[in-house]
Amino acid sequence: MPHISLKNLSIAYGHHRVLQDVTVNIPDKQITVIIGPSGCGKTTLLKSLNRLLDLNEDVKVTGDVLIDGVNTYDGNADILALRKKMGFLSQRPYPLPMSIYENIAFGPKVHRMSKDRIVQQINDLEGRMVQVPSKKNGQMDILVESYLRLAGLWEEVKDRLHTPASRLSIGQQQRLALARALAVEPEAILADEPTSALDPLSAQLIEKQFKFLKKNYTIVVVTHILRQARRIADYVIFLYLGELVEHGPAEKVFDNPSDERTRAYVSGEIS
Amino acid sequence: MDLRKFKDTFSTLSIRLSLVFVNTLAFVIAIILYIKAKPILVKVSLSHLLFSTSWHPIRGDFGFFPFIIGTLGVTAIAMILAVPVCLLSAIYLSEYAHKRFRAFVRLVVDILAGIPSVIYGLCGVIAIVPLVRFLGQAIGSPTTGYSLLAGGIILAIMVAPVIISVALEVFRTIPQAARENSLALGITTWEMIKHVILRSSLHGIIAAIVLGFARAFGETIAVLMVVGNVAKIPDSFFAPAYPLPALIANNYGEMMSIPLYDSALMFSALLLMLVVGGFSLAAHIILLRIERRGYA
Repeated sequence: MPHISLKNLSIAYGHHRVLQDVTVNIPDKQITVIIGPSGCGKTTLLKSLNRLLDLNEDVKVTGDVLIDGVNTYDGNADILALRKKMGFLSQRPYPLPMSIYENIAFGPKVHRMSKDRIVQQINDLEGRMVQVPSKKNGQMDILVESYLRLAGLWEEVKDRLHTPASRLSIGQQQRLALARALAVEPEAILADEPTSALDPLSAQLIEKQFKFLKKNYTIVVVTHILRQARRIADYVIFLYLGELVEHGPAEKVFDNPSDERTRAYVSGEIS
Repeated sequence: MDLRKFKDTFSTLSIRLSLVFVNTLAFVIAIILYIKAKPILVKVSLSHLLFSTSWHPIRGDFGFFPFIIGTLGVTAIAMILAVPVCLLSAIYLSEYAHKRFRAFVRLVVDILAGIPSVIYGLCGVIAIVPLVRFLGQAIGSPTTGYSLLAGGIILAIMVAPVIISVALEVFRTIPQAARENSLALGITTWEMIKHVILRSSLHGIIAAIVLGFARAFGETIAVLMVVGNVAKIPDSFFAPAYPLPALIANNYGEMMSIPLYDSALMFSALLLMLVVGGFSLAAHIILLRIERRGYA
């Protein structure tokens, strides 16, 4: 049973139906890319996974979004725990109004992570990481450094950890957002066109980071850049006008689509 | 020269001139007030004017201290009452309320901001003065109700629309990505407000408070109607006070035969202007500091 699965999900804003009857399982520890023309419901689908949709007004959701078997739209669902499980990157990164260091430490601090938990977390990371910092510093320092390394940002910021995060370039801010999201130990990372505001080099870094992270995290990326989808996708979900047209392994959808609309989209006839 | 170019030159010039005119106006007013206040500044020391409590115009004794205390008192009460309530209201409207409700309240707040201050004064006399009288009697300090507290309450009500609408505007300019990014970490709405929304908008919150302060500090007629107007340092919230603007409004043109009276009032007007100006300046400097730190 995958971590994330959708059953008959329909979403409407007021009377405007955005998604209709979407049923799909999102494979664990792969990069799933949601593609489709703009306005087809990609972002809505993504934000339904961590209930960020709640920020919009007049949203009506029917059907199930099952995260680890729990329907998140069930009235009793623990939304905070759910969101903690699902890291999120928005189109434009938003550095929290604090220092680079505090941006990473913020999540663990707010969640009152115990010292033991942090040590445990660092040990877990050690298994996954290329390099783990020396342990002469305090736990939080090690944690911050570890996540900055994991997001591929450490080398660029190690000398200015206590300067405001807003001074970073936008590409760095997006990797900071990634590190910040990872620091609360999510199982999945949801990214909403994470490179659309970035320069090509920064975008490439983010893609590289996703490929690196998929060993341990389930990653869902919304993009309207077909070439990006081809570069990073293991699994593809194609939405068209709110309808789930096709989903399957990347090679299948890109090279041998079964629906005419998918073929037209991936060949660039419609966009 | 062709007509289009002429129009362009002309409009540029008039825009510049308007700007210069508006900015000069403040200086001209300050200079006029200073010139008019000169006679008393020459005769009486500044420290006596500011810190003497003795107010006997006929004897040529002008101590503004009771009036300064009155002004500071009503303003302080107003800000203490208004700022927390207004910020919480603005937070509610921005972060919790449905947008239709928000639009409705915005309209109401705009209407409140536009009500002439004399009407607030009347409401104060009808409602707040008796309320304060009742309150004073209830806690054992008899009062007429015309008091420092009544002045403070009426001012708090008057500055509320200003603070609410500016603060709301500030909160709404924070990009939605700020909310998404922070809530996605699994934090509560209150944690988001405290750590992200309020910190991101520190800048604008200070601006909102300064605008409210400026309005409260200089408000004349509504305060004058409820504050009692007794030239004595108030010894409790329930005692009458006499703020500077009320002093000027009550007496200018009335007792001008008394020597130096005219000049004394001009001095108090200058004082009022400098304090409001100084406060705005201080706020600007604070804002610049915050900006340089880069957190806002």
